Amino acid sequence: MPDDPAAAPLIHARGLTKRFGPLTAVDAIDFDVAPGESFGFLGPNGAGKTSAMRMIACVSPVTAGTLRILDLDPTTDGARIRGRLGVVPQQDTLDTEISVRDNLVIYGRYFGLSRAESRRRADELLEFAQLTERAGDKVEPLSGGMKRRLTIARALINEPSILLLDEPTTGLDPQARHLLWERLYRLKQRGVTLVLTTHYMDEAEQLCDRLVVMDKARIVAEGSPRDLIREWSTREVTEMRFPVGVQETIGGRLDGIGDRIEMLPDRVLVYSDDGEAVAIAVHGLGLVPETVLVRRSSLEDVFLRLTGRSLIE
Amino acid sequence: MALADVPARPQPPRTGDAVPRPSPFGGLRAVYEHLWLLYARTWRGSIFGNFAQPVLFLVAMGIGLGSYVDKADSAAMGGVPYIQFLAPALLVATVMQTAVFEATFSVLEGFTWVRRYHAMHATPLTPRAITFGQLAWIATRAALVGSIFLVVIFLFGAAATAGIIFAVPVGILTALAFAAPLAAYMSTQRDTTAFNSIWRFGITPLFLFSGTFFPIEQLPEQIRWIAWLFPLWHGVDLARSLALGTAYEDPLVQVVHVVFLTAFAVGGTIAMVVMFRRRLEP
Repeated sequence: MPDDPAAAPLIHARGLTKRFGPLTAVDAIDFDVAPGESFGFLGPNGAGKTSAMRMIACVSPVTAGTLRILDLDPTTDGARIRGRLGVVPQQDTLDTEISVRDNLVIYGRYFGLSRAESRRRADELLEFAQLTERAGDKVEPLSGGMKRRLTIARALINEPSILLLDEPTTGLDPQARHLLWERLYRLKQRGVTLVLTTHYMDEAEQLCDRLVVMDKARIVAEGSPRDLIREWSTREVTEMRFPVGVQETIGGRLDGIGDRIEMLPDRVLVYSDDGEAVAIAVHGLGLVPETVLVRRSSLEDVFLRLTGRSLIE
Repeated sequence: MALADVPARPQPPRTGDAVPRPSPFGGLRAVYEHLWLLYARTWRGSIFGNFAQPVLFLVAMGIGLGSYVDKADSAAMGGVPYIQFLAPALLVATVMQTAVFEATFSVLEGFTWVRRYHAMHATPLTPRAITFGQLAWIATRAALVGSIFLVVIFLFGAAATAGIIFAVPVGILTALAFAAPLAAYMSTQRDTTAFNSIWRFGITPLFLFSGTFFPIEQLPEQIRWIAWLFPLWHGVDLARSLALGTAYEDPLVQVVHVVFLTAFAVGGTIAMVVMFRRRLEP
């Protein structure tokens, strides 16, 4: 660890492992999260992201390896660390039987805030979460996006050193997702350290300064979204759909076009630095795709390259 | 809108020894407050029910049935009017039912339906703080229900001696003797199957056959021991002896009752902490 305390990682993991009986959910992963950073775990469902997150949240004992959070050991100082974390779990844990505002106020009390201070922060956070008009309502009738915003507001009531978000926008419609991302982006700009898991590559690209790609309980790559794309993919991708029956027959015929070819069940992806040129070359071979899409490489392509599978299956 | 300002005020994060230690009892109090808040939503209806139930029971059983029992002049009831025999026992049995409901329903809510305990545990709250907060609340409910029952007993003139006041603390102890082990068990459940069975095959028979309405000496000898095994009879017998002023006749029996109830409450509390931790920290 560096000597400068300001640069010391807030989270430090080496060989971090979680086993449930015979199942290894997290297999000896290494990572550090620096203050002010937004750090992501990207991977498909079942890759071990949530298990890693639960260990960081100090609600799941570490099976093996080293984990230090805020330079404390979760095994002995779990409650103390939790006092400095904000947690947005994958499954909502809002109290549906009390009001929106009471959800925030009572949560503040869990962190030892006085009633007055808890109420003051609750009002501020309602404003931030754009829920002031719903303060007195019960939680149940709120939309999915509102509930998520309330959960994030609740996680901020103790002014946490680290905000943990497990699949923050899963199940939300696009509009609600964008509103949520915008709120999280504001937090990031103010220097709040974010740690999130996601299986949405666009979410990872929007929010993460740096991320690790997880597959089958292990970390398979690490870097900023841009570096990962540069390292593991080309600049552009040409996505082509061929009529049913044709797709199966073009196997070897595209050889030599582009840098790399991925044959998916429903489309063909050709990786190159010039997607238009690829499309023209394919036409030149007398192949006529039903649709052609030239786009920039994304983390989805990185994941496909690293694991041979899509993120969302 | 002036929403641009983000309320979180990031400071250089404190690490190591600079991270503050949460107060060990603050958590317990916050859990208790939360449960109060939930109760406060429906307290009027709840209090009304707590009055109505003893009134109905004392009219039907104490006065209605009692008028027949008293005519028979049965020595089995200790030579007091039936309503005085019934009242302390019914108080304890009613408090027990309240506690069982809180211990089963709240725990299912906490872990599965509302996931309230999971939300608590994401903060400095420990499984121990959650256990003690929940039990403190159950004890409060028991005290509330017991006190209202006591008022009704006095209104009916169903108190043999002032010793009936002790039925309330006995009720609280009995409540904890039931609630703690049941809450520990319910933490292993994910649906209402066990919840329904506990009421149908556990609580209702206990209510009927633990000496509340008639002395267990009236039960066939072969099944009498069942009443001894469960805490309700011990609470009922203790409260009744104190209320009728007969406790001094057999002080050792009363001590055994207290020890038995305390053992259930303490053992159940330990089990709760262990089981809650297991459920919250897999």
